[in-house]
Amino acid sequence: MSRTHSFATKLKKFRLGSSLVLLALMVFWSIPTLGLLVTAFRSKDEAFNSGWWTALASPFTQDWTLEPFSEALSANGLVPSFIATAAVAIPATILPIMFAAFAAYGFTFLNFKGKEFWFSIIIGLMVVPMQAALVPVLQLFVGFDSWLGDLQFNSPELFRWVPFWDENYPWHITGEYVSGWIVHSAFAMPLAVYILRNYMMTLPTALIEAARVDGASYYQIFWKLVIPMSVPALASFAIFQFLWVWNDYLVAFVFVGNHPVLTYTLLSMLGQYSQGWQLVAAGSLFTLIVPVVVFFGLQRYFVRGLTSGSVK
Amino acid sequence: MDEQQDLSTYLPDLGFALTSIVLGVLASIFLYWLLNFLVNLLPRRAASALQPYAFIAPVLALVGGFLVWPTIQTMYLSFTTTSQDTGEQTFTGFDNFASLFGDPDFITTLSNNLLWILVVPLASVVLGLLIATVSNNVGPIREKVAKSIIFLPMAISFVAASTMWRFLYHYDAGNTQIGLLNAVVTSLGGDAVPWLQVTNFKLNDLLLMVIVIWLNTGFAMVLLSAAIKAVPEETVEAASIDGATGRQTFFKIVLPQIRATAVSVFITVLIAVMKIFDVVYAMTGGNYETNVLGVAFIKNYFEFGDTGKASAIVVLLMLAIIPIMIYQVRSYRKQEELR
Repeated sequence: MSRTHSFATKLKKFRLGSSLVLLALMVFWSIPTLGLLVTAFRSKDEAFNSGWWTALASPFTQDWTLEPFSEALSANGLVPSFIATAAVAIPATILPIMFAAFAAYGFTFLNFKGKEFWFSIIIGLMVVPMQAALVPVLQLFVGFDSWLGDLQFNSPELFRWVPFWDENYPWHITGEYVSGWIVHSAFAMPLAVYILRNYMMTLPTALIEAARVDGASYYQIFWKLVIPMSVPALASFAIFQFLWVWNDYLVAFVFVGNHPVLTYTLLSMLGQYSQGWQLVAAGSLFTLIVPVVVFFGLQRYFVRGLTSGSVK
Repeated sequence: MDEQQDLSTYLPDLGFALTSIVLGVLASIFLYWLLNFLVNLLPRRAASALQPYAFIAPVLALVGGFLVWPTIQTMYLSFTTTSQDTGEQTFTGFDNFASLFGDPDFITTLSNNLLWILVVPLASVVLGLLIATVSNNVGPIREKVAKSIIFLPMAISFVAASTMWRFLYHYDAGNTQIGLLNAVVTSLGGDAVPWLQVTNFKLNDLLLMVIVIWLNTGFAMVLLSAAIKAVPEETVEAASIDGATGRQTFFKIVLPQIRATAVSVFITVLIAVMKIFDVVYAMTGGNYETNVLGVAFIKNYFEFGDTGKASAIVVLLMLAIIPIMIYQVRSYRKQEELR
C-alpha cells in the first residue's frame, strides 16, 4: 500500500502529464529540422528513392556521406553567397546600432524642442512595413546612379586620381552592398532607437551630470560612459538585427542583386531540386550554421533583448 | 591543391566585402565626429542649442529620407499609372484600386491575408502560452531543453524553413513518397495528395500558416514564460488556499497578470503576418489561391512592371496597419506618463 503511494507521489513529482505534453510538442517541433539534417548526409539515390525517416529506421545499412556538402559548396555559389551575406549583415548590424545609439542618447539625456514629437513619430514608424518604402527607395538609388554615371562619363578627370577607379566600371550603388546597408539601417532604426532609449532611461543620470560638471563634453560622455554602460542592450539588439539581416530575403533580393546572398542562392537551389534533395538539404544546413551558432552562443542576450522591447 | 585554388578565386569577393565593411563603418564614425566638430565651432549658445541635433539628425535624415518620404511617394504612386513604353506617369485617381477590387484573384488575396491574420497570431500566442505554462511545471532541465528546441526556429530564415517543410509536404506522382505527410497517408492506405495545391477548405493556405506558427511560437513562448515567472507567488498561493483548481488559478489569477505581454506578442506577430512574404513566395509563389499582399506587391512590381498597382497594394496594407500604429503610440504615451 505504502509502496504504491510512494510511487504515485514520485509520478506526481515527475510531472508525467506535463512532461508528455512537452515531449509531444518537442517531437513535432524537431521533425522539420531532423528531416533536413538527415537528408543532408544521404546519397542522391537514397534521397530520391526513400523518405529520410527510413534512414533513421535503419541507420547502419544507410549510406551516410558528406558528398552533398562538397557538391553543394563547389557547384552552387554558396561560398561567394556566404561572403556576400556577411558583407551585407555585418555593417547592416554595426551601422544602425551606432546611429541608433547616438539618437537614443540624444533622446534620453539631452533636452530640445519637439523631443516628444519626434520620438512619437519614431514609435509610430516601428510598425510601417518595409514594402511601403521599397519602390521609391529603389527609384531613388537608380536615379542617383544615373546621375553619378553621367558625371563619371562626362568628367572622368574628377575621378582619375581615385585608386581602383575604372571608367569601364563606373561607380554605382544599386545592387551593391551599400544600398543594402542603407535600407536595412533605415528600416531597423525605429526599433533600435526605441530599445536603446528604453535601456538608457535606466542608467543613472547623476553619473552623467557629474561628468558634465567635470568638464566632459556630451560627445565624450557618449563614447566613454554611455556606450560602455549600454553594452547589454547593444548586444541584444545586435544579435536581433544580425539574425534578421542574415535571414532576410526581400531587401537582399531587391537591393543587393549583384551579390546573391544565401537566402537567394538557397531559393534558386530549391527551384532545381531535380538535381537532388540532398543538395538542397546540405545547402540549407550551410546557410543555418552562422545564425544557429550566434543564436545558441548568445541566447541569453537575445532573450533579454526580446523581453525588453518587442516589435518588428 | 584544388581546394586552395577554389578558395583563392573568392579572394576578390572577400577583399571587396572587407574593404566595403571597413570604409562604411569608418565613414559613419567620421560623420558623427564631423557633426560634433562643426557644432563646437559655433558660438557657445548656438552650440549648446544645436548639440542634440548632432546626435539625432542623422537618424532623422535616414528615417525621413528612406522611410517617411518614400512612403508618401508610394501613396502618390498608388494614384498613378506608369506607361510601360514611355515610362511616363499619369495621374489616374482611384483606377488602380478599382481594378484591384474588380479582380476576383485580388479578392482571394485579400481574404487570404485576413485568414492569416485571424489564424497565425492567435495560434502562436495560444501555443506559446501552453508551452510556457507546461514547461513551468517540469524541472529546470526539461524546461531548458524543451524551450531551446521550440525557440530554435527563431534563428532560421523563412527560406530555409520553407526547404525544411518541403520534406513534409512534398508530393511525388510515383509510388515512393519522400514527403513525410504523404508517406503517412499512403501507409494508412490513402492516396498521395499534392498538399500545396489543395484549395479545399483553404488547406494549402493553412499548411503554409503552420510553418509560420512553427517559426513564431518560440518567440511567444519566451516572452510569455518570462511574464509567467514574474507573476507574484503569493497570488497563486492565495488562490490555491481558497480552493481554486489549477484551471481556475490559470484563467482567473495568472492570465489577467500576463495580459499585457500576451497583447504585445499578439501585435508583434500580427504585424509580421500582415506583410508575410517569404514563406508564400518560396513555397507556392502565390499560386493555387495562396497569394497574399506581400507577394502580390512584389509580383506586380517586378514581374508585371505595374508600379501603380504595386503601390496601391501597399497602401491597402498600410491602411490596415494604421490602427495598430495609433495603438502603439497611445500605449507608449501612457507608459511615459507612468515614468
